[in-house]
Amino acid sequence: MKPRLLAEHAATGLEGPLLFLERTPEAGLGDAVEVTGPDGRARLGRVAAADRERLTIEVLESTAGLPLEGTVVRFHGEPLAFALGPGILGRVFDGVGRVIDGGPPVAAHRRMPIDGLPFNPVSREPPRDFIETGITAIDLLNSLVRGQKLPVFSGGGLPHDRLAVEIASHARLPRRAGEDFAIVFAGIGLAHDSAEYFRSSLERGGALERTALFLNLASDSSTQRLLTPRFALTAAEYLAFVEGKHVLVILTDMTNYCEALREVSSSKGEIPSRKGFPGYLYSDLATIFERAGCLKGAKGTLTQLSILTMPSDDITHPIPDLTGYITEGQVVLARDLDRRGVYPPVNVLPSLSRLMKDGTGGDYTHPDHPALASQLYAAYARAAQTRVLASVVGEEGLSEADRRYLAFGEAFEQRLIRQEGPRTFAESLAVGWRLLQDLPAADLTRLTDRQLQEHLGAAPGRP
Amino acid sequence: MSRAIAVKLAGPVLRARAEGPFQLRESVRVGPDRLLGEVVRLDRDEIVVQVYEDTTGLRPGIEVVGEGAPLSIRVGPALLGRIFDGLLRPLSGAPERLAPGLREAPPSRFAFTPTAVAGEPVAAGASLGDITVAGGRRLAALVPPGVEGRLHDIRPEGEYGDDEPLARLATAGGEVAVAMSHAWPVRVPRPSRRRLASVTPLVTGQRILDSLFPVALGGKAAIPGGFGTGKTVLLETLAKGCAADVIVYLGCGERGNEMAGVLEEFPRLDDPRTGRPLMERTVIIANTSNMPVAAREASIYCAITVAEYFRDQGLDVALMADSTSRWAEALREVSGRFGELPGEGGYPAYLASRIADFYERAARVETLGGRTGSVTVMGAISPPSGDFSEPVTSHTKRFVRSYWALDAKRAQARFYPAVHPLQSYAEDSAAFAPWWSEQGNPNWLALRRRFLTLLDEQSRLERMARIIGKDALPARQQVTLLCADLVNEAFLRQSAFAPKDRLASPAKQAAMMAVAGRFVELAESALARGIAPARIAGLACLRPLARMGEDTGEDELARLDELRGDLESEFAALVPEEAPA
Repeated sequence: MKPRLLAEHAATGLEGPLLFLERTPEAGLGDAVEVTGPDGRARLGRVAAADRERLTIEVLESTAGLPLEGTVVRFHGEPLAFALGPGILGRVFDGVGRVIDGGPPVAAHRRMPIDGLPFNPVSREPPRDFIETGITAIDLLNSLVRGQKLPVFSGGGLPHDRLAVEIASHARLPRRAGEDFAIVFAGIGLAHDSAEYFRSSLERGGALERTALFLNLASDSSTQRLLTPRFALTAAEYLAFVEGKHVLVILTDMTNYCEALREVSSSKGEIPSRKGFPGYLYSDLATIFERAGCLKGAKGTLTQLSILTMPSDDITHPIPDLTGYITEGQVVLARDLDRRGVYPPVNVLPSLSRLMKDGTGGDYTHPDHPALASQLYAAYARAAQTRVLASVVGEEGLSEADRRYLAFGEAFEQRLIRQEGPRTFAESLAVGWRLLQDLPAADLTRLTDRQLQEHLGAAPGRP
Repeated sequence: MSRAIAVKLAGPVLRARAEGPFQLRESVRVGPDRLLGEVVRLDRDEIVVQVYEDTTGLRPGIEVVGEGAPLSIRVGPALLGRIFDGLLRPLSGAPERLAPGLREAPPSRFAFTPTAVAGEPVAAGASLGDITVAGGRRLAALVPPGVEGRLHDIRPEGEYGDDEPLARLATAGGEVAVAMSHAWPVRVPRPSRRRLASVTPLVTGQRILDSLFPVALGGKAAIPGGFGTGKTVLLETLAKGCAADVIVYLGCGERGNEMAGVLEEFPRLDDPRTGRPLMERTVIIANTSNMPVAAREASIYCAITVAEYFRDQGLDVALMADSTSRWAEALREVSGRFGELPGEGGYPAYLASRIADFYERAARVETLGGRTGSVTVMGAISPPSGDFSEPVTSHTKRFVRSYWALDAKRAQARFYPAVHPLQSYAEDSAAFAPWWSEQGNPNWLALRRRFLTLLDEQSRLERMARIIGKDALPARQQVTLLCADLVNEAFLRQSAFAPKDRLASPAKQAAMMAVAGRFVELAESALARGIAPARIAGLACLRPLARMGEDTGEDELARLDELRGDLESEFAALVPEEAPA
């Protein structure tokens, strides 16, 4: 890329993030620019509007310190792009794709625009096949499928950082041990200590060498924060669809992204919608989440596991709400489980993996896996109901059957959800069957007679 | 065609200096890639254009060309079995990544057999002949609405492109050429002779819908539900199983992977009625959530126009729109961009009338050509925070007659379809009792009422049980809870993925309803005989009852009679325990 055009002495106005230029001949909407002040610092920007006399540039970093005279604008002649090569694995970047690990720049094989054009639904291959995360609550009950976008809804103070690192370290394709697996990890709006935690724990676990790490810090500008997931996903698309790897993208924390979007939107004077977020929050999030998937004829796949913190643990807040409408399910973390020392504190009832049916069962995990998951869900839902009952009438007021479900609920959380280290899928499966043994066979209506006999040794007629 | 030169660009809106006359709402082409747009404002010699596609890279000075007509699509035989974007441009054959400026469908060739005779007068909606499409299916070559006259000449039997003139008509306004397909402005409802009352339901194969909350053929249903409650799975199941001749499936602001799934699955599945691949009766229109928002607003009109075209062929059409909330949000976004005064929830004040306009296009009609056809609309709604009091849900509720509210609690227990029996309703249900009688379920209305009463009592009793404990409830109420559970588990739960239970024919529904109803009767009479509720709950037949949907195939309905026999004998074997002395 050679900067095609330079505009000096052309700035006529500066208002917040907007820089007005006397129109220079050829610049299209959305073209990237670099704005350099007398301080010599280059700031990214793009063409937001154009008419015959004037160009409006949206500067994507702080405009403080820019004068009108002496500000130079370089036009890239194309929308923002990211230069990528196979060397991005094992490297650490800032939020806009600049190397920050002290190493040499990455040798570029290809430039890709960061706002990827939408995939043609016809070219998509429906997601199939299972990714093992090592977390039973996900693998057994809300399975992650290659090409899926499955977010984790967390809350402030919950151990989602640890969960993210563990998944990044242990995720694997159990049936395809030989295939290339890569992680793109994007920290969005991170505090310095979390950024350091991610970097050091990925390094320690040895996962860093298969990871491209993007760190956007809380102290970086909000406009830059909006670019971080786009740079990270462009890198992921490169790895998946050019290099042919199976890529797992972990974006954390998307709440910081949404807050930045609200801030930037209000600074542009746009009409706010729910809770001050812009009306296009849904469409904007969709341009990020929809970049997950599989393509026909492509070897690699792109799977997204984004983490967001629900403001005040409120799942109806616009951020989790709109995310849930776009993504293919959600994994919800609960504070009460965390308080009781259950790690990972996954509340499976509101959790869901919409694509589970496409990546589990016969060819992928175990033929009886879907029925087991459905039965565990039904039983745990009944246990949760019983708990509400017990909280009012007391355990003594419950029937024998209800007490059994109460005990099941406890065992489910302590023995299935809670885990010390990663579990293989077979281990998760075994825990699931073991739990069902404590329930009367007659209640297990989601299992067929054969499944009852085979896994629980129970005769279907037994009351 | 008028031309204009763009002078100002900002996002998807541009101003252009007009060099000829333009009309409001005229469709225009922008720039070298011929992006689609619409004139939204006229201002002396300037026009304001809303571009339906991504405007990245456009510059002042590009050309804007008017098309002389409002946004129109070509309807014809080339629609079936294909997938289009929100502006009805084919996606198969388009590049892997959708750059703006997709091409219009190239003409396809079809066999044509003339039936009209030159020299005779033909009216709008009349058929000029038969078109044979995939699977040997026949469609009529329709004279478009608004065209009538004497048939000047007609082409002989043969294969023609769908845009090639087949016949020339001498009309009052001069000569008009008619092809297999014709253009129609999407925002204008296609005319019909008259609307007909609907006396039959659209059979969906879903027990909770057909048996409790049926939708009329030519009716309209809304499916509101928070995220994860199974809207999309339900709509897809309906698209696969409902008894319509043509399905128009609109993915409006939804997931790309879902569309890919539909595209992969439908060609492999069979139409339950004809045995032909399901795809042959399907038209898919997809504007996924990352495709341009402005086109999303138009996609719903494209979909219903396509549905009306097949209705005019004398077919029963079902339109699934997933989701109308995304359409309403697109409306809001577009409105906001033009600085219109926002109303409730930021939506423009005309939201309600736009929703009404859309649903009112659902109908069972006598077509201009004298055939009977229908369009049944089923629209999903994605209320923010799952709150049904928000504007899109509450307005839609006023215009639909069947309302299938999806419940997060049921979905969390993996109880599908998660239609909430107490929040849902079907206004036309009483009218379908004669139809159900013909299907072998003369007691349908009474059973339906019985089931709904049971479910209603259940919700009250559960509240009470929460205070005093289940065991403290009187025996009668414990039996009520047991029966309601059975209705839920044995009759209403239906897995979209269980091969035998995916779809239930009216006969299977009637038989299952009868068995479940009989259980309720027997349980109540056992109670009257003094049998303790716990003994009824311990009956061995409860498990096969709860699994009867999944275990009984359509060709094994006799097993339900056996089950009913078991039921009778097990209840007969229950004798009151000796009263303690």
